[in-house]
Amino acid sequence: MIDVLFFAELQEIVGNEKVSVEADGMTVTDLKNNLLSTYNLDNLNNAMVAINQEYAQSDATLKKGDVVAFIPPVSGG
Amino acid sequence: MDNKFWITDKPIQINECIEKVVRAEAGAVNTFIGTVREFTKGKRTLYLEYQAYQTMAEKKLAQIGEEINDKWDDAETAIVHRVGHLDISDIAVVIAVSTPHRNDSFEASRYAIERIKEIVPIWKKEHWEDGTKWVGDQKEQTTYIPSEEELRND
Repeated sequence: MIDVLFFAELQEIVGNEKVSVEADGMTVTDLKNNLLSTYNLDNLNNAMVAINQEYAQSDATLKKGDVVAFIPPVSGG
Repeated sequence: MDNKFWITDKPIQINECIEKVVRAEAGAVNTFIGTVREFTKGKRTLYLEYQAYQTMAEKKLAQIGEEINDKWDDAETAIVHRVGHLDISDIAVVIAVSTPHRNDSFEASRYAIERIKEIVPIWKKEHWEDGTKWVGDQKEQTTYIPSEEELRND
């Protein structure tokens, strides 16, 4: 299983800060497509992706135990 | 070692951040204090709500400190960002940079706040009189995607 974290607007749409999914061996793009078929996440493709707290590209492959976070455009400061 | 990059849900104590960079080698300590503004383009903010991906945010703040060390000789940086409910004029972020000479400390603290707005996973939700919105893309640029080279250097 892989933990997927959502923040800001994405978290409100999903209704959870974290969901666990079967995504071992999938790419980030595969995972996104699965999430898009489950949730109404219009802005998911505007989000950056982090795997285990480092920014990653969408062709990265996920493995068991990874923590994937969708990072909407940030607005700190 | 005393942590110099952190997220807090309590009111920020400015001196606590400054004290982390004061040292004998420094001739300058520059601080940047980011506060909650009431009016943006005529629209009134009632309060803000900040959220962070805390562990990653602290790591990315520390990365900014490392980037500053690469760009300016002998700089020490400390950054604290607050999360949760913030009222008008509350302090959202404090950056303190000490350097031997003043010019570097001005430049480096400016660099730090610009990088926070690019790479640190923190978000604010505006609460207006007539609604709310999670704000993104504050720098009005396209979403920051790190290059392959930057990813390799992480």
